[in-house]
Amino acid sequence: MSTRIPFVDYLVLDPQPHLVAAECTGCAARYFGRRNACARCSGTGFRSVDVASSGEVRAFTIVTFAAPGVPVPFVAAVVDCDGTSVRTNLTDVDASPEHVHLGMKVELTTTVVGTDDDGVEAVNYAFRPAGEH
Amino acid sequence: MAEDLWILGIHMTKFGKHPSADLVDLASEAALGALADGGVTMTQIGVLAAGNLLGGGGIGQLLQKQIGQTGIPVYNVANACATGATALRTVCLAIKAGEADLGLAVGVEKLSGAGLLGARPRKENTGTWTRSGRDGAVGTVDGRIGTETMAGVFAQVGMEYGHKYGGTSFELFARISEKNHAHSTLNPLAAYQKKMSLEQIMNDVMIAYPNTRPMCSANTDGAAAAVVISGSALARLSREQRRRAVKISASVLTSDPWSESCQILPDVNTLTRNAATQAYEAAGIGPDALDLVELHDCFATAELVHYDNLMLCEPGGAVDFFESGAPWRDGSMPVNVSGGLQSKGHPIAATGIANVWEVATHLRGEAGPRQIEGARVGLAHVIGLGSACGVHILERAVTG
Repeated sequence: MSTRIPFVDYLVLDPQPHLVAAECTGCAARYFGRRNACARCSGTGFRSVDVASSGEVRAFTIVTFAAPGVPVPFVAAVVDCDGTSVRTNLTDVDASPEHVHLGMKVELTTTVVGTDDDGVEAVNYAFRPAGEH
Repeated sequence: MAEDLWILGIHMTKFGKHPSADLVDLASEAALGALADGGVTMTQIGVLAAGNLLGGGGIGQLLQKQIGQTGIPVYNVANACATGATALRTVCLAIKAGEADLGLAVGVEKLSGAGLLGARPRKENTGTWTRSGRDGAVGTVDGRIGTETMAGVFAQVGMEYGHKYGGTSFELFARISEKNHAHSTLNPLAAYQKKMSLEQIMNDVMIAYPNTRPMCSANTDGAAAAVVISGSALARLSREQRRRAVKISASVLTSDPWSESCQILPDVNTLTRNAATQAYEAAGIGPDALDLVELHDCFATAELVHYDNLMLCEPGGAVDFFESGAPWRDGSMPVNVSGGLQSKGHPIAATGIANVWEVATHLRGEAGPRQIEGARVGLAHVIGLGSACGVHILERAVTG
Protein backbone atom coordinates (compact mmCIF):
# COMPACT_ATOMS: atom_id res chain seq x y z
CA MET A 1 0.00 0.00 0.00
CA SER A 2 1.32 3.35 -0.96
CA THR A 3 1.82 6.18 1.50
CA ARG A 4 0.68 9.73 0.84
CA ILE A 5 2.42 13.04 1.44
CA PRO A 6 1.05 16.57 1.02
CA PHE A 7 2.29 18.54 -2.00
CA VAL A 8 3.12 21.53 0.22
CA ASP A 9 3.86 21.92 3.92
CA TYR A 10 0.70 23.92 4.61
CA LEU A 11 -1.62 21.13 3.44
CA VAL A 12 -2.60 18.59 6.10
CA LEU A 13 -4.15 15.38 4.78
CA ASP A 14 -5.47 13.61 7.89
CA PRO A 15 -8.00 13.09 9.25
CA GLN A 16 -9.68 15.51 6.80
CA PRO A 17 -7.63 17.43 4.22
CA HIS A 18 -7.31 21.09 5.20
CA LEU A 19 -4.90 24.00 4.98
CA VAL A 20 -3.00 25.40 7.94
CA ALA A 21 -1.67 28.93 8.24
CA ALA A 22 0.95 30.44 10.50
CA GLU A 23 -0.94 33.07 12.47
CA CYS A 24 0.91 35.90 14.18
CA THR A 25 0.25 35.74 17.92
CA GLY A 26 0.53 39.53 18.07
CA CYS A 27 -1.81 40.75 15.30
CA ALA A 28 -3.45 37.58 13.87
CA ALA A 29 -2.09 38.12 10.35
CA ARG A 30 -2.00 34.79 8.54
CA TYR A 31 0.67 33.37 6.25
CA PHE A 32 1.25 30.22 4.24
CA GLY A 33 4.80 28.93 4.24
CA ARG A 34 7.68 29.63 6.58
CA ARG A 35 8.05 33.18 7.95
CA ASN A 36 10.82 34.79 10.00
CA ALA A 37 8.69 37.56 11.43
CA CYS A 38 5.28 39.04 10.81
CA ALA A 39 5.21 41.31 7.74
CA ARG A 40 2.47 43.36 9.37
CA CYS A 41 3.66 43.94 12.97
CA SER A 42 7.18 42.42 13.02
CA GLY A 43 6.19 40.04 15.81
CA THR A 44 8.06 36.76 15.89
CA GLY A 45 5.48 34.53 17.57
CA PHE A 46 3.29 32.31 15.40
CA ARG A 47 0.76 29.58 16.03
CA SER A 48 -0.63 27.08 13.58
CA VAL A 49 -4.31 27.58 12.74
CA ASP A 50 -6.72 25.65 10.53
CA VAL A 51 -8.08 27.57 7.55
CA ALA A 52 -11.75 27.25 6.56
CA SER A 53 -12.14 24.66 3.81
CA SER A 54 -14.87 26.48 1.94
CA GLY A 55 -15.05 29.96 0.54
CA GLU A 56 -15.89 32.12 -2.43
CA VAL A 57 -13.98 32.98 -5.59
CA ARG A 58 -12.71 36.55 -5.35
CA ALA A 59 -10.68 36.54 -8.58
CA PHE A 60 -9.95 34.03 -11.30
CA THR A 61 -8.32 33.63 -14.67
CA ILE A 62 -8.27 30.85 -17.21
CA VAL A 63 -4.67 30.25 -18.18
CA THR A 64 -4.19 29.05 -21.74
CA PHE A 65 -0.47 29.85 -22.08
CA ALA A 66 1.93 28.65 -19.39
CA ALA A 67 5.46 27.39 -18.92
CA PRO A 68 6.43 24.15 -20.69
CA GLY A 69 5.07 21.15 -18.81
CA VAL A 70 2.16 22.99 -17.21
CA PRO A 71 -1.09 21.48 -18.52
CA VAL A 72 -3.48 24.09 -19.97
CA PRO A 73 -6.12 25.33 -19.87
CA PHE A 74 -6.61 25.54 -16.13
CA VAL A 75 -8.53 27.85 -13.85
CA ALA A 76 -6.40 29.79 -11.35
CA ALA A 77 -8.21 31.62 -8.59
CA VAL A 78 -8.03 33.48 -5.33
CA VAL A 79 -10.54 32.09 -2.86
CA ASP A 80 -11.65 33.98 0.22
CA CYS A 81 -11.92 31.35 2.96
CA ASP A 82 -13.66 33.15 5.78
CA GLY A 83 -11.24 36.08 5.64
CA THR A 84 -8.09 34.18 4.64
CA SER A 85 -7.05 34.48 0.98
CA VAL A 86 -5.95 31.23 -0.65
CA ARG A 87 -4.25 30.82 -4.02
CA THR A 88 -5.47 27.73 -5.82
CA ASN A 89 -6.62 25.99 -8.95
CA LEU A 90 -10.30 25.30 -9.46
CA THR A 91 -11.11 21.73 -10.39
CA ASP A 92 -14.23 19.79 -11.42
CA VAL A 93 -15.37 22.74 -13.51
CA ASP A 94 -15.06 23.52 -17.23
CA ALA A 95 -12.19 25.87 -17.91
CA SER A 96 -14.40 28.39 -19.68
CA PRO A 97 -15.76 31.79 -18.63
CA GLU A 98 -19.31 30.44 -18.92
CA HIS A 99 -18.71 27.98 -16.10
CA VAL A 100 -16.67 29.98 -13.61
CA HIS A 101 -17.87 33.15 -11.99
CA LEU A 102 -16.82 35.66 -9.38
CA GLY A 103 -18.46 35.02 -6.04
CA MET A 104 -18.81 31.29 -6.80
CA LYS A 105 -18.98 29.12 -3.67
CA VAL A 106 -16.21 26.53 -3.58
CA GLU A 107 -14.80 23.90 -1.22
CA LEU A 108 -11.43 22.25 -0.71
CA THR A 109 -10.66 18.97 -2.42
CA THR A 110 -7.51 17.00 -3.14
CA THR A 111 -5.87 15.66 -6.28
CA VAL A 112 -3.01 13.22 -6.74
CA VAL A 113 -0.02 14.85 -8.43
CA GLY A 114 1.94 11.62 -9.00
CA THR A 115 3.71 8.68 -7.41
CA ASP A 116 7.46 8.49 -6.87
CA ASP A 117 9.82 5.50 -7.13
CA ASP A 118 9.05 4.43 -3.56
CA GLY A 119 5.33 4.38 -4.30
CA VAL A 120 4.67 7.57 -2.35
CA GLU A 121 1.77 9.62 -3.66
CA ALA A 122 2.01 13.41 -3.58
CA VAL A 123 -1.41 14.90 -2.89
CA ASN A 124 -2.23 18.51 -3.75
CA TYR A 125 -5.21 20.67 -2.90
CA ALA A 126 -7.62 22.48 -5.19
CA PHE A 127 -11.10 23.94 -4.82
CA ARG A 128 -14.24 22.69 -6.56
CA PRO A 129 -17.77 24.06 -6.81
CA ALA A 130 -19.44 23.57 -3.43
CA GLY A 131 -22.33 21.24 -2.81
CA GLU A 132 -22.20 19.46 -6.13
CA HIS A 133 -20.49 16.28 -4.93
CA MET B 1 15.39 74.48 0.72
CA ALA B 2 15.76 71.38 -1.43
CA GLU B 3 16.82 71.86 -5.03
CA ASP B 4 14.26 71.91 -7.83
CA LEU B 5 14.76 69.06 -10.28
CA TRP B 6 14.45 69.41 -14.04
CA ILE B 7 14.74 67.13 -17.04
CA LEU B 8 17.22 68.85 -19.31
CA GLY B 9 17.40 66.20 -22.03
CA ILE B 10 15.52 62.98 -22.70
CA HIS B 11 15.46 60.34 -25.43
CA MET B 12 14.01 56.95 -26.24
CA THR B 13 14.92 54.52 -28.99
CA LYS B 14 12.25 53.04 -31.16
CA PHE B 15 10.84 50.05 -29.32
CA GLY B 16 10.69 46.78 -31.21
CA LYS B 17 13.11 44.21 -32.55
CA HIS B 18 16.74 45.34 -32.68
CA PRO B 19 18.58 42.14 -33.65
CA SER B 20 21.82 43.90 -34.61
CA ALA B 21 22.06 46.09 -31.49
CA ASP B 22 23.10 44.71 -28.10
CA LEU B 23 22.16 46.10 -24.68
CA VAL B 24 25.08 48.52 -24.70
CA ASP B 25 24.27 49.77 -28.21
CA LEU B 26 20.69 50.53 -27.20
CA ALA B 27 21.72 52.13 -23.90
CA SER B 28 24.33 54.22 -25.73
CA GLU B 29 21.83 55.41 -28.32
CA ALA B 30 19.43 56.52 -25.59
CA ALA B 31 22.13 58.10 -23.41
CA LEU B 32 23.86 59.96 -26.24
CA GLY B 33 20.45 61.07 -27.49
CA ALA B 34 19.48 62.45 -24.08
CA LEU B 35 22.82 64.25 -23.68
CA ALA B 36 22.53 65.82 -27.14
CA ASP B 37 18.91 66.78 -26.46
CA GLY B 38 20.04 68.60 -23.31
CA GLY B 39 23.03 70.23 -25.00
CA VAL B 40 25.56 68.66 -22.61
CA THR B 41 28.20 65.92 -22.79
CA MET B 42 29.16 62.95 -20.64
CA THR B 43 32.08 64.92 -19.20
CA GLN B 44 29.60 67.22 -17.41
CA ILE B 45 27.56 64.41 -15.84
CA GLY B 46 28.17 63.90 -12.10
CA VAL B 47 26.19 60.74 -11.43
CA LEU B 48 24.93 57.80 -13.52
CA ALA B 49 22.14 55.37 -12.67
CA ALA B 50 21.58 52.54 -15.12
CA GLY B 51 18.74 50.06 -15.05
CA ASN B 52 18.54 46.63 -16.62
CA LEU B 53 16.70 43.60 -15.32
CA LEU B 54 17.48 40.53 -17.38
CA GLY B 55 20.87 41.24 -18.94
CA GLY B 56 23.25 39.95 -16.29
CA GLY B 57 24.35 43.03 -14.37
CA GLY B 58 26.82 45.89 -14.55
CA ILE B 59 25.15 47.75 -17.42
CA GLY B 60 26.24 51.14 -16.04
CA GLN B 61 29.97 50.42 -16.27
CA LEU B 62 29.54 48.71 -19.66
CA LEU B 63 27.81 51.86 -20.89
CA GLN B 64 30.60 54.07 -19.52
CA LYS B 65 33.18 52.13 -21.55
CA GLN B 66 31.25 52.98 -24.69
CA ILE B 67 30.40 56.63 -24.09
CA GLY B 68 32.68 58.02 -21.37
CA GLN B 69 34.63 56.72 -18.36
CA THR B 70 34.85 59.80 -16.21
CA GLY B 71 35.14 58.23 -12.78
CA ILE B 72 31.72 59.31 -11.54
CA PRO B 73 29.62 57.17 -9.20
CA VAL B 74 27.50 54.57 -10.99
CA TYR B 75 24.44 52.88 -9.57
CA ASN B 76 23.19 49.73 -11.27
CA VAL B 77 19.56 49.37 -10.35
CA ALA B 78 17.02 46.58 -10.72
CA ASN B 79 13.47 46.96 -9.44
CA ALA B 80 11.20 44.77 -11.56
CA CYS B 81 9.17 46.73 -14.13
CA ALA B 82 9.84 49.93 -12.16
CA THR B 83 13.59 49.68 -12.89
CA GLY B 84 13.73 52.71 -15.21
CA ALA B 85 11.74 54.88 -12.82
CA THR B 86 14.06 53.74 -10.03
CA ALA B 87 17.12 54.78 -12.07
CA LEU B 88 15.56 58.19 -12.63
CA ARG B 89 14.68 58.49 -8.96
CA THR B 90 18.23 57.50 -7.96
CA VAL B 91 19.63 60.40 -9.98
CA CYS B 92 17.03 62.73 -8.47
CA LEU B 93 18.09 61.66 -4.97
CA ALA B 94 21.78 62.27 -5.69
CA ILE B 95 21.02 65.77 -6.98
CA LYS B 96 18.70 66.54 -4.08
CA ALA B 97 21.45 65.40 -1.73
CA GLY B 98 23.84 67.86 -3.35
CA GLU B 99 26.26 65.18 -4.57
CA ALA B 100 25.87 66.28 -8.18
CA ASP B 101 23.97 68.90 -10.11
CA LEU B 102 23.74 67.02 -13.38
CA GLY B 103 22.95 63.31 -13.65
CA LEU B 104 22.08 60.69 -16.24
CA ALA B 105 19.49 57.92 -15.85
CA VAL B 106 19.31 55.10 -18.39
CA GLY B 107 17.05 52.07 -18.72
CA VAL B 108 17.58 49.33 -21.29
CA GLU B 109 16.23 45.86 -22.02
CA LYS B 110 16.46 43.24 -24.77
CA LEU B 111 13.20 41.36 -24.60
CA SER B 112 11.99 40.55 -28.11
CA GLY B 113 11.15 36.86 -28.36
CA ALA B 114 11.25 36.43 -24.59
CA GLY B 115 7.83 34.80 -24.51
CA LEU B 116 5.73 34.43 -21.42
CA LEU B 117 7.16 36.21 -18.38
CA GLY B 118 6.77 35.08 -14.81
CA ALA B 119 6.49 31.35 -15.36
CA ARG B 120 9.36 29.55 -13.72
CA PRO B 121 9.54 25.97 -14.89
CA ARG B 122 11.17 23.70 -12.35
CA LYS B 123 12.79 20.39 -13.11
CA GLU B 124 10.34 17.81 -11.94
CA ASN B 125 11.29 15.28 -9.37
CA THR B 126 12.72 12.04 -10.60
CA GLY B 127 13.17 9.28 -8.06
CA THR B 128 11.66 10.35 -4.77
CA TRP B 129 9.78 13.45 -3.68
CA THR B 130 11.99 16.17 -2.19
CA ARG B 131 10.65 19.24 -0.43
CA SER B 132 12.05 22.63 -1.37
CA GLY B 133 11.34 26.31 -0.97
CA ARG B 134 9.55 28.11 1.82
CA ASP B 135 6.34 26.18 1.16
CA GLY B 136 8.08 22.81 1.14
CA ALA B 137 6.61 21.99 -2.28
CA VAL B 138 7.56 18.64 -3.81
CA GLY B 139 7.06 19.84 -7.40
CA THR B 140 6.29 22.76 -9.70
CA VAL B 141 3.76 25.06 -8.06
CA ASP B 142 2.92 27.20 -11.14
CA GLY B 143 -0.15 25.64 -12.71
CA ARG B 144 -0.83 23.40 -9.71
CA ILE B 145 -1.51 26.09 -7.13
CA GLY B 146 -2.73 28.98 -9.23
CA THR B 147 -0.60 30.81 -11.75
CA GLU B 148 2.70 32.66 -11.64
CA THR B 149 2.56 34.11 -15.16
CA MET B 150 2.27 37.87 -15.39
CA ALA B 151 -0.73 37.58 -17.72
CA GLY B 152 -2.52 35.37 -15.20
CA VAL B 153 -1.66 37.49 -12.17
CA PHE B 154 -2.83 40.74 -13.79
CA ALA B 155 -5.92 39.03 -15.18
CA GLN B 156 -6.89 38.20 -11.60
CA VAL B 157 -6.13 41.77 -10.52
CA GLY B 158 -8.69 43.06 -13.04
CA MET B 159 -11.21 40.37 -12.16
CA GLU B 160 -10.86 41.17 -8.47
CA TYR B 161 -11.71 44.82 -9.24
CA GLY B 162 -14.79 43.64 -11.12
CA HIS B 163 -15.82 41.45 -8.21
CA LYS B 164 -15.48 44.36 -5.82
CA TYR B 165 -17.22 47.05 -7.87
CA GLY B 166 -19.03 45.31 -10.75
CA GLY B 167 -19.38 46.53 -14.31
CA THR B 168 -16.42 44.73 -15.86
CA SER B 169 -16.57 42.24 -18.72
CA PHE B 170 -14.29 40.62 -21.26
CA GLU B 171 -15.51 43.20 -23.77
CA LEU B 172 -14.83 46.14 -21.47
CA PHE B 173 -11.21 45.06 -20.98
CA ALA B 174 -10.85 44.51 -24.73
CA ARG B 175 -12.15 48.04 -25.39
CA ILE B 176 -9.36 49.46 -23.21
CA SER B 177 -6.92 47.66 -25.47
CA GLU B 178 -8.76 48.94 -28.56
CA LYS B 179 -8.14 52.50 -27.30
CA ASN B 180 -4.42 51.99 -26.83
CA HIS B 181 -3.93 50.28 -30.18
CA ALA B 182 -5.82 53.17 -31.83
CA HIS B 183 -3.54 55.66 -30.08
CA SER B 184 -0.42 53.80 -31.23
CA THR B 185 -1.06 54.65 -34.88
CA LEU B 186 0.22 58.16 -34.17
CA ASN B 187 3.43 57.05 -32.44
CA PRO B 188 6.34 56.30 -34.79
CA LEU B 189 8.41 54.89 -31.89
CA ALA B 190 5.79 52.28 -30.94
CA ALA B 191 6.63 48.67 -31.74
CA TYR B 192 3.16 48.12 -33.21
CA GLN B 193 1.30 50.99 -34.88
CA LYS B 194 -1.69 48.98 -35.89
CA LYS B 195 -5.28 49.94 -35.18
CA MET B 196 -7.21 46.85 -34.09
CA SER B 197 -10.95 46.37 -34.04
CA LEU B 198 -12.72 45.12 -30.95
CA GLU B 199 -13.52 41.89 -32.79
CA GLN B 200 -9.87 41.37 -33.73
CA ILE B 201 -8.79 41.90 -30.13
CA MET B 202 -11.45 39.63 -28.64
CA ASN B 203 -10.95 36.89 -31.20
CA ASP B 204 -7.16 36.81 -30.95
CA VAL B 205 -5.31 34.12 -29.01
CA MET B 206 -6.41 33.94 -25.38
CA ILE B 207 -3.40 34.08 -23.02
CA ALA B 208 -5.08 34.29 -19.61
CA TYR B 209 -8.79 35.15 -19.60
CA PRO B 210 -9.78 37.93 -20.02
CA ASN B 211 -6.47 39.00 -21.58
CA THR B 212 -5.96 38.01 -25.22
CA ARG B 213 -2.59 38.53 -26.89
CA PRO B 214 -3.13 42.15 -28.04
CA MET B 215 -4.23 42.96 -24.47
CA CYS B 216 -0.81 41.94 -23.13
CA SER B 217 2.29 44.14 -23.14
CA ALA B 218 4.57 43.50 -26.06
CA ASN B 219 8.03 42.09 -25.29
CA THR B 220 10.39 44.37 -27.17
CA ASP B 221 13.93 45.73 -27.19
CA GLY B 222 14.48 49.35 -26.33
CA ALA B 223 16.13 51.97 -24.18
CA ALA B 224 15.38 55.40 -22.77
CA ALA B 225 17.52 57.93 -20.94
CA ALA B 226 17.10 61.24 -19.16
CA VAL B 227 19.50 64.00 -18.10
CA VAL B 228 18.40 65.53 -14.80
CA ILE B 229 19.66 68.91 -13.60
CA SER B 230 19.26 70.99 -10.48
CA GLY B 231 17.34 74.24 -10.69
CA SER B 232 20.39 76.30 -9.79
CA ALA B 233 22.53 74.66 -12.48
CA LEU B 234 19.75 75.07 -15.04
CA ALA B 235 19.63 78.79 -14.30
CA ARG B 236 23.18 79.07 -15.63
CA LEU B 237 22.32 77.50 -19.00
CA SER B 238 21.07 79.07 -22.22
CA ARG B 239 17.59 80.43 -22.68
CA GLU B 240 16.83 77.67 -25.20
CA GLN B 241 17.92 74.94 -22.74
CA ARG B 242 15.78 76.50 -20.03
CA ARG B 243 12.80 76.82 -22.36
CA ARG B 244 12.81 73.12 -23.22
CA ALA B 245 13.53 71.90 -19.67
CA VAL B 246 10.67 70.07 -17.93
CA LYS B 247 10.18 70.38 -14.19
CA ILE B 248 10.02 67.20 -12.10
CA SER B 249 7.36 68.31 -9.63
CA ALA B 250 7.23 64.92 -7.93
CA SER B 251 9.41 61.80 -7.97
CA VAL B 252 8.04 59.03 -5.77
CA LEU B 253 8.82 55.36 -5.21
CA THR B 254 6.77 53.03 -3.02
CA SER B 255 6.50 49.33 -2.21
CA ASP B 256 3.61 47.21 -0.97
CA PRO B 257 2.56 47.81 2.61
CA TRP B 258 1.14 44.74 4.33
CA SER B 259 -2.35 43.74 3.36
CA GLU B 260 -4.10 40.44 3.97
CA SER B 261 -4.57 39.61 0.31
CA CYS B 262 -1.14 40.69 -0.98
CA GLN B 263 0.36 37.55 0.51
CA ILE B 264 -1.56 35.62 -2.15
CA LEU B 265 -2.20 37.96 -5.08
CA PRO B 266 0.12 40.96 -5.40
CA ASP B 267 -1.70 44.09 -4.31
CA VAL B 268 -0.90 46.49 -7.14
CA ASN B 269 -3.48 48.93 -5.82
CA THR B 270 -2.32 50.12 -2.41
CA LEU B 271 1.26 50.97 -3.35
CA THR B 272 0.05 52.82 -6.47
CA ARG B 273 -2.53 54.80 -4.52
CA ASN B 274 0.13 55.62 -1.92
CA ALA B 275 2.58 56.73 -4.62
CA ALA B 276 -0.06 58.89 -6.31
CA THR B 277 -1.08 60.48 -3.01
CA GLN B 278 2.54 61.35 -2.21
CA ALA B 279 3.15 62.66 -5.73
CA TYR B 280 0.10 64.94 -5.81
CA GLU B 281 1.08 66.28 -2.40
CA ALA B 282 4.68 66.91 -3.47
CA ALA B 283 3.57 68.62 -6.70
CA GLY B 284 0.90 70.61 -4.91
CA ILE B 285 -1.74 69.62 -7.47
CA GLY B 286 -4.65 67.21 -7.71
CA PRO B 287 -5.43 64.75 -10.49
CA ASP B 288 -7.78 67.33 -12.05
CA ALA B 289 -4.73 69.40 -13.02
CA LEU B 290 -3.29 66.64 -15.24
CA ASP B 291 -3.38 67.08 -19.01
CA LEU B 292 -2.20 63.54 -19.79
CA VAL B 293 -1.22 60.31 -18.04
CA GLU B 294 1.07 57.47 -19.09
CA LEU B 295 0.24 54.54 -16.82
CA HIS B 296 1.44 50.97 -16.59
CA ASP B 297 -0.95 49.06 -18.85
CA CYS B 298 1.14 45.88 -18.78
CA PHE B 299 -2.23 44.20 -19.43
CA ALA B 300 -5.61 45.69 -20.31
CA THR B 301 -6.89 44.50 -16.93
CA ALA B 302 -4.18 46.55 -15.19
CA GLU B 303 -5.06 49.81 -16.93
CA LEU B 304 -8.58 49.71 -15.48
CA VAL B 305 -7.49 49.42 -11.86
CA HIS B 306 -4.90 52.17 -12.24
CA TYR B 307 -7.54 54.73 -13.34
CA ASP B 308 -8.81 54.25 -9.82
CA ASN B 309 -5.43 53.93 -8.09
CA LEU B 310 -4.14 57.17 -9.65
CA MET B 311 -7.38 58.85 -8.57
CA LEU B 312 -8.39 59.80 -12.10
CA CYS B 313 -11.89 58.82 -10.96
CA GLU B 314 -13.78 58.26 -7.71
CA PRO B 315 -12.98 55.02 -5.84
CA GLY B 316 -14.83 52.23 -7.64
CA GLY B 317 -15.50 54.48 -10.63
CA ALA B 318 -12.98 53.13 -13.16
CA VAL B 319 -15.59 51.51 -15.41
CA ASP B 320 -17.67 54.70 -15.57
CA PHE B 321 -14.50 56.70 -16.17
CA PHE B 322 -13.64 54.55 -19.17
CA GLU B 323 -17.22 54.47 -20.46
CA SER B 324 -17.28 58.28 -20.40
CA GLY B 325 -14.54 58.37 -23.02
CA ALA B 326 -12.25 60.33 -20.70
CA PRO B 327 -9.06 58.30 -21.33
CA TRP B 328 -9.20 58.56 -25.13
CA ARG B 329 -6.82 61.14 -26.59
CA ASP B 330 -9.73 63.50 -27.31
CA GLY B 331 -11.25 62.88 -23.87
CA SER B 332 -10.99 64.87 -20.68
CA MET B 333 -8.06 62.84 -19.27
CA PRO B 334 -6.00 61.27 -22.08
CA VAL B 335 -4.34 58.04 -20.90
CA ASN B 336 -1.58 56.24 -22.79
CA VAL B 337 -1.65 58.36 -25.92
CA SER B 338 1.66 56.65 -26.80
CA GLY B 339 -0.22 53.40 -27.41
CA GLY B 340 0.71 52.08 -23.99
CA LEU B 341 2.76 48.99 -23.28
CA GLN B 342 0.28 46.90 -25.27
CA SER B 343 1.35 48.57 -28.54
CA LYS B 344 4.38 50.74 -27.78
CA GLY B 345 6.09 47.74 -26.17
CA HIS B 346 7.51 46.98 -22.75
CA PRO B 347 11.30 46.61 -22.63
CA ILE B 348 11.07 46.33 -18.86
CA ALA B 349 13.89 48.54 -17.56
CA ALA B 350 13.35 51.19 -20.26
CA THR B 351 9.63 51.61 -19.64
CA GLY B 352 9.79 53.90 -16.61
CA ILE B 353 11.90 56.48 -18.42
CA ALA B 354 10.02 56.01 -21.71
CA ASN B 355 6.76 56.93 -19.98
CA VAL B 356 8.44 60.09 -18.67
CA TRP B 357 9.74 60.78 -22.20
CA GLU B 358 6.22 60.59 -23.60
CA VAL B 359 4.86 63.04 -21.06
CA ALA B 360 7.85 65.41 -21.36
CA THR B 361 7.55 65.45 -25.15
CA HIS B 362 3.93 66.60 -24.95
CA LEU B 363 4.80 69.25 -22.35
CA ARG B 364 7.46 70.57 -24.73
CA GLY B 365 4.89 70.68 -27.52
CA GLU B 366 7.05 68.33 -29.59
CA ALA B 367 4.80 65.27 -29.91
CA GLY B 368 3.89 65.89 -33.56
CA PRO B 369 0.57 64.45 -34.77
CA ARG B 370 -0.25 62.91 -31.39
CA GLN B 371 0.38 66.12 -29.43
CA ILE B 372 -2.11 66.81 -26.66
CA GLU B 373 -2.61 70.51 -27.34
CA GLY B 374 -1.63 72.86 -24.56
CA ALA B 375 -0.39 70.09 -22.27
CA ARG B 376 1.10 71.70 -19.18
CA VAL B 377 1.15 68.96 -16.51
CA GLY B 378 1.43 65.18 -16.87
CA LEU B 379 1.93 62.05 -14.81
CA ALA B 380 4.05 58.97 -15.58
CA HIS B 381 3.43 55.75 -13.66
CA VAL B 382 5.05 52.33 -13.60
CA ILE B 383 4.65 49.34 -11.38
CA GLY B 384 6.82 46.31 -10.80
CA LEU B 385 5.59 43.16 -9.12
CA GLY B 386 7.35 42.20 -6.03
CA SER B 387 6.84 45.22 -5.53
CA ALA B 388 7.69 48.75 -6.62
CA CYS B 389 5.70 51.70 -7.93
CA GLY B 390 7.19 54.83 -9.44
CA VAL B 391 5.19 58.00 -10.08
CA HIS B 392 6.64 61.15 -11.62
CA ILE B 393 4.69 64.36 -12.15
CA LEU B 394 6.12 66.73 -14.73
CA GLU B 395 5.36 70.36 -15.52
CA ARG B 396 6.16 72.53 -18.52
CA ALA B 397 8.77 75.19 -17.98
CA VAL B 398 7.61 78.76 -17.81
CA THR B 399 10.40 81.02 -18.98
CA GLY B 400 10.25 84.76 -19.16
